[in-house]
Amino acid sequence: MTDTMTDTAAAPAAAEADAILRADKVTMRFGGLVANKDVDFIIPRGGIVSLIGPNGAGKTTFFNQLTGMLEPTSGDIRFEDQSIVGLTPHDIVELGIARTFQNIRLFGAMTVIANVMTGAHTRMKASWWASLLKLPAVREEEAAIRKRARELLRLVGLPRRYEEDWAKNLPYGDQRRLELARALASNPKLLLLDEPTAGMNPGETAQMTALVKRLRDELDLTVLLIEHDMKVVMGISERITVLDYGEVLAEGSPEQIRTNPRVVEAYLGKQATQQ
Amino acid sequence: MQPWMKRAAFLGLLGGFGALHVSLVGMVGTFQARDFISGIVTVGSVLPMLIAILVGWRAGILQRDTDVAPTPSRALASGAVAGAVVGLVLALLCVIILNVDVDWIFVNARPQLAEILLFGQGIGVGSIILIVGGALLGAAGAALNVVSGPVARTVTIAAIVTLLVSLMEPFLGAVFRNLSLNVVDDFLYDRGGLTPIGFVLVYALVAAGVYAWATRGDRARARVEAMPPDRQRNLKLGAYGVIVVLLLLLPLIVGQRLSEVVGTVGIYVLLGLGLNIVVGFAGLLDLGYVAFYAVGAYVTAVLTSPASPAFSPELPFWGALPFVIVAAAMVGLFVGAPVLRLRGDYLAIVTLGFGEIAREIFKSQWAQPVTGGAQGILSIPPPLPFDRDPQSIYYPILFFCILAAIGASSLAASRVGRAWNAMREDESVAEATGVNTTYYKLLAFGLGAAFGCVSGALFAAKIGVIFADSFNILVSINALALIILGGMGNIFGVVLGALVLVGLPEFLREFAEYRLLIYGAVLVIMMILRPEGLLPSRVRRAELHEDEGEDDAQYAAEAGEETGKPVVTT
Repeated sequence: MTDTMTDTAAAPAAAEADAILRADKVTMRFGGLVANKDVDFIIPRGGIVSLIGPNGAGKTTFFNQLTGMLEPTSGDIRFEDQSIVGLTPHDIVELGIARTFQNIRLFGAMTVIANVMTGAHTRMKASWWASLLKLPAVREEEAAIRKRARELLRLVGLPRRYEEDWAKNLPYGDQRRLELARALASNPKLLLLDEPTAGMNPGETAQMTALVKRLRDELDLTVLLIEHDMKVVMGISERITVLDYGEVLAEGSPEQIRTNPRVVEAYLGKQATQQ
Repeated sequence: MQPWMKRAAFLGLLGGFGALHVSLVGMVGTFQARDFISGIVTVGSVLPMLIAILVGWRAGILQRDTDVAPTPSRALASGAVAGAVVGLVLALLCVIILNVDVDWIFVNARPQLAEILLFGQGIGVGSIILIVGGALLGAAGAALNVVSGPVARTVTIAAIVTLLVSLMEPFLGAVFRNLSLNVVDDFLYDRGGLTPIGFVLVYALVAAGVYAWATRGDRARARVEAMPPDRQRNLKLGAYGVIVVLLLLLPLIVGQRLSEVVGTVGIYVLLGLGLNIVVGFAGLLDLGYVAFYAVGAYVTAVLTSPASPAFSPELPFWGALPFVIVAAAMVGLFVGAPVLRLRGDYLAIVTLGFGEIAREIFKSQWAQPVTGGAQGILSIPPPLPFDRDPQSIYYPILFFCILAAIGASSLAASRVGRAWNAMREDESVAEATGVNTTYYKLLAFGLGAAFGCVSGALFAAKIGVIFADSFNILVSINALALIILGGMGNIFGVVLGALVLVGLPEFLREFAEYRLLIYGAVLVIMMILRPEGLLPSRVRRAELHEDEGEDDAQYAAEAGEETGKPVVTT
């Protein structure tokens, strides 16, 4: 490993002053079931923040509210001081939030390069009639986006020979990389990763962890991830929020979380005994 | 009995059932009138032979779960068993026909049928011919799995093309006579089929061509790709130029009567291109596409025909066209908006309903003041101010087909096309990737409707008379079937599909009776053997190699280093 990066120390106080995203008492009810209850959550700009918790703790539900796939029953979510509650998912992508999925969801019967270029949809202007006529501006834009997509593929480490393969034919680990490239193509300010190392072996996991850190630094991203692998979470996160039964159980630096008795009881301890 | 034999016998029984079917519905008898190779084989007896070959081919693909290793001889034996069973079933049919009176149930089960199936021999000799011949054909089918890929492809494609050339005698013969090439006609064709020499010649030519392409095609493609981009473009333009010139001359080549058929094919190509946007690109299964076709035809008829009950100042065809397109887009949105939330099967059923509703409305008493109700609308003027002859109506159709093909291919390779494809693959992920799915669904319906309406307008102007019942569900099914057959998403596929499904039945009058039967069989076989269609949309490679300066190995090495992977030197 030639990882030259050093972990930037978290500076919570300064970060909270400049929050890129702020969730305020977010509650999500499905009928009688309360999936999220009064969740307060802050993501400092430029940070890598993790959301952890046992299965069914409401992590993905919370994620889906950030991306507009669900609308909170009550509470407010503000991205760069603008409320995003009630916006459609594509509006939110346009504002600068992109995501990946827990169970990889690529556009299987599209080529690798087309997947990434689709990710840049909101950053393109070509209208249907201009595309129909193939106006010069459309061609230029298309060429520029193709170039950018190639850069992104290189950035996430996908070999160029994959470009014209169908996304569904890629090996598993490469599919995760491709999903990441597709999300990055929308030039997000905030990147949401739903279990980016799920199903990966230790080697691939280490690569993915290094990649996320590198992307954050090179692209000025803020990263929020849901993760189950405690090694990944502790190694990568600057702040960690623990959800349990839809509520925030604890929030703090990795060290604080590791030593928090309630967290250990609810979550870490259980996992420690399992391992 | 060993498992592989059981399987082969079972496939043979299935094939035998198919052969019984084509015999008893009368296809064998009808096609007996047509020679495949004149004086040697009739198309009627080719049908059961094809079934034996197909079954043998299938049986020759040995399964892993059979008890033996898949060796070539085992594959051949398997095919032979399957083929022999087909022959056996037919022999039994002949025995029954000759000894029992069954023609009060199966009207075609007459001694004549037995005579055809037994090749004019007695039941004893004929049965042996059937069974041994079936085994040989089955083994031949199985052999396709044994020989190398290019050889198998060459043999199969050459056989199919030769059969088509023979079947298209009425068409090709007319073309040759039209071009005063009676020599060629006499040489190739005799009594409605290929002459033996013609057969050998056509087969050899096609086989040579296919084999050359199968073995050297990649190299040729590589050589083209190695050319500088501007030369590649010139080559491409040149090829398109030749195609366009040929298309322009087509009506003169094929003559008056067949231009009519070519025009019909063109109208379906346009219809297919439009439906392909909705179904192939955007993945919205629309079974009521005929509604757009009908709207286009009726708007044209009402605006241009002096006989239309409403709207008296008559416009010329081209004056009505803008209204047609606007009406199309509106109807597209009207149909699209309520079904935005529906997916898959539900969308299909609702659109199916829309199609039927449209037809009923056009036919109804209520709409009669405008649409003429059941009487329809007569004397619609042709698009060009000449007589309504098929050769001149062909040109507007060609014009719109080319326009539509260019438009559709530009859209396919654009931001819009990608958004549609993404929606087809996974709607909620497309939305989460930034695609406004509502907008793009409506856009697909609107553009698809525009293509369909123009097609309908040309149909009205071509026929000159429209009735609501021309716009039945079969039009939707035809259009859908032709894009499935040709290859979803591919523009040349649409053309090929239209030629096969709309063109062939027009040339082959014998087929008319069995048209839907053949449709069904072809679609089922396609779905099993080649679900992606005859010409699946291939990845466009040419334009992707424009700014390649970097070396792939170096690139991979770089990426490996960046992500901490061990660098593999090549």
